[in-house]
Amino acid sequence: MVGSILPLRLEAAAVRRGGNRLVGPVDLEIAAEGVTIVIGPNGSGKTSLLRLMHGLERAAEGRVRWAVPEAEARTRQAYVFQNPILMRRHVLGNIAYPLLVHGVHRAEARRRAADWAVKVGLGEALERQASSLSGGERQKLALARALIRQPDILFLDEPCANLDGRATREIEAILVAARDAGTRIVMATHDMGQARRLATEVFFLLQGQVHEAASGHGSLGRLATPEARAFLKGDIVE
Amino acid sequence: MIRHGTIAFATVLLVAAGVRAETMRVAVTTSFHNSGLSDILLPAIERDLGLDVQLLVVGTGQALRLGRAGDVDAVLVHSRRAEEAFVASGFATHRREIMYNDFVLIGPGHDPAGIAGASGAAEALVRIAEAGAPFVSRGDDSGTHEKELALWRAARRNPEGFGTWYRSVGSGMGAALNTARAMNAYTMSDRASWLKFGNKGDMALLYSGDPTLFNQYAYLPVNPERHPHVKGAPGRRLEEWLTSDRARVLIDGYTLGGDRLFTHNANAE
Amino acid sequence: MNEILEGLIAAARLVATLDRDLTEIAARSLQVSVTAVVIASALGMPLGAWLAVNRFRWRRHVIAVMNALMGLPPVVVGLVVYLLLSRSGPFGVFGLLFTPTAMIVAQVIVVTPLVASIAHQAIRELWADYHDLLISIHTTKSQRVRALLWDGRRTLLTAALAGFGRAIGEVGAIMIVGGNIDHATRVLTTAIALETEKGNLALALGLGFVLIALAIAVNILIHTLSRTERASQW
Repeated sequence: MVGSILPLRLEAAAVRRGGNRLVGPVDLEIAAEGVTIVIGPNGSGKTSLLRLMHGLERAAEGRVRWAVPEAEARTRQAYVFQNPILMRRHVLGNIAYPLLVHGVHRAEARRRAADWAVKVGLGEALERQASSLSGGERQKLALARALIRQPDILFLDEPCANLDGRATREIEAILVAARDAGTRIVMATHDMGQARRLATEVFFLLQGQVHEAASGHGSLGRLATPEARAFLKGDIVE
Repeated sequence: MIRHGTIAFATVLLVAAGVRAETMRVAVTTSFHNSGLSDILLPAIERDLGLDVQLLVVGTGQALRLGRAGDVDAVLVHSRRAEEAFVASGFATHRREIMYNDFVLIGPGHDPAGIAGASGAAEALVRIAEAGAPFVSRGDDSGTHEKELALWRAARRNPEGFGTWYRSVGSGMGAALNTARAMNAYTMSDRASWLKFGNKGDMALLYSGDPTLFNQYAYLPVNPERHPHVKGAPGRRLEEWLTSDRARVLIDGYTLGGDRLFTHNANAE
Repeated sequence: MNEILEGLIAAARLVATLDRDLTEIAARSLQVSVTAVVIASALGMPLGAWLAVNRFRWRRHVIAVMNALMGLPPVVVGLVVYLLLSRSGPFGVFGLLFTPTAMIVAQVIVVTPLVASIAHQAIRELWADYHDLLISIHTTKSQRVRALLWDGRRTLLTAALAGFGRAIGEVGAIMIVGGNIDHATRVLTTAIALETEKGNLALALGLGFVLIALAIAVNILIHTLSRTERASQW
């Protein structure tokens, strides 16, 4: 791989559905390094923003630009959905699938998938049907499948929304390892503790707009607008 | 693994379907086949000539259509007018008479129209028409159907104008007999099909013997000038065999419940 | 009712004595129907998946036509195939009329829309599940179709078995293009038609029971095999 696909730039980009603007117009830049946390109340457009960046939603207005041509950028990023999408295969088959799609030989894909399964703590479950996994195991599988091609950037949409504390810690450890291995992370979350632990940059979304952004260490605490402060305190903000 | 197994299995099945000895196809009428005579003749032909004759059992009309299209090598049917037209149009090289049987009138055992005492076949039909008793017609362009229509013409009656007692079923002899039994109706059948029919119930053979009920079978080889692929040589050998004394003995000797069904009347050349 | 009992007895006798003609026509029934279903599945399943995955202008119309063709009268199919394969027809030179191959051709036409429609239904649901993931992984269209066919294989088996059910019990088309020739193209359904024609209702019914038993046996076999596969592989 030559050069990063980052930075990612959104230029007045917006997602529309049925005449309504779900998000945007948004101008922002995702630089080459760090962990970006997207927060905001329900319906503020977090999911739409992530999907727009990843290319799952088309920009109805404005542009989404990568540092490399889009076709190449599309193959070097990954996405973890809030409800993991499990293929009707065993764990190994799920994790190996992105490698098979991108031309890796079957035996090699199997070997690397087994390595990843061990890394995320599914080493004992290789041959189990994905549908038989617990909630935490499902997210680990989704993470392994997303990380196996070592993407330049990984989007996550509330990956720990339905998990207990232990599973959440395990997921975060995997994310930290991925970050240290050079994967840029952009994650939506409702868990302010998680945001505080991981963020090097925060976007606070309100009504489809990036209402406020802060970066650097302790960026969550630097949010200053009254709406952001209220949201962090736990008040209802709309 | 299952997928590969299935494909291999299917391949074997496909390949197995192809192989066979020398064969020819002959379209024959239902009456000939249902009589059971073909079960006697075909094995003898295979023994004597090494020829596997495949029978397409259809009505005379369809048999002639198959011949016209070149889909069979010969036809063995019983409808003189249609056969002569077939030869005249050049679809067959010639028409060779082989044997005959006869038609009979079948009906409910108590014979409500009283046809048993009729003086002739046409009169028997008139009695059915006048009684308005249910009558099942083949209605399928078969030789039997043609013969029935000829009898109505002889009786100066036109089936087009008949009431609901006249049921045209548009199907084979067996289906017509099944229908007639279910409706307590009269119908016309060739003797062989009737004798072999397994679902008689209380139906009975009520009238037979009029010479107009005579039913001639003829062999017509499809013209190779029209259809170069037809098997002329085996067709000629089959014709020779059918007109031979060997066939005469088998055909004349075939009986059902003591009744002789067919009479061989082919002229040796 | 008496005749139904006789039919059962006739069926039992045929099976118990392993009647040679019976085994021959039963084997041919299987040969024709299984081959037709394999071909129909190879055509119909990718078609169904392709229609589920692709958006194009006439898609709804194509699906509507495909669903309508499920009800295609076999006799009409038989007639059309007959006219095509007849010596006087466009494909007459191949001499396929009145062969098992012709019967397979007719049954493929009868069965493919059914297999394709059921496959489309099943794949559409799976595609709704997989859509975001397969887009995210940046799969090509053919990779999507392949993943859906493979992961949906258990439901697709139902489509194939439905096709098999229609094929093995079908008589109208194969009677016309096969000709019901003894020892060449006679199968269970055409034999049943023939025995009914001869008035041998008990024998016809007996053959009918054999046909039903055969269809059930094939279904059980396939289901057992697919369960074995699950146990051994995952």
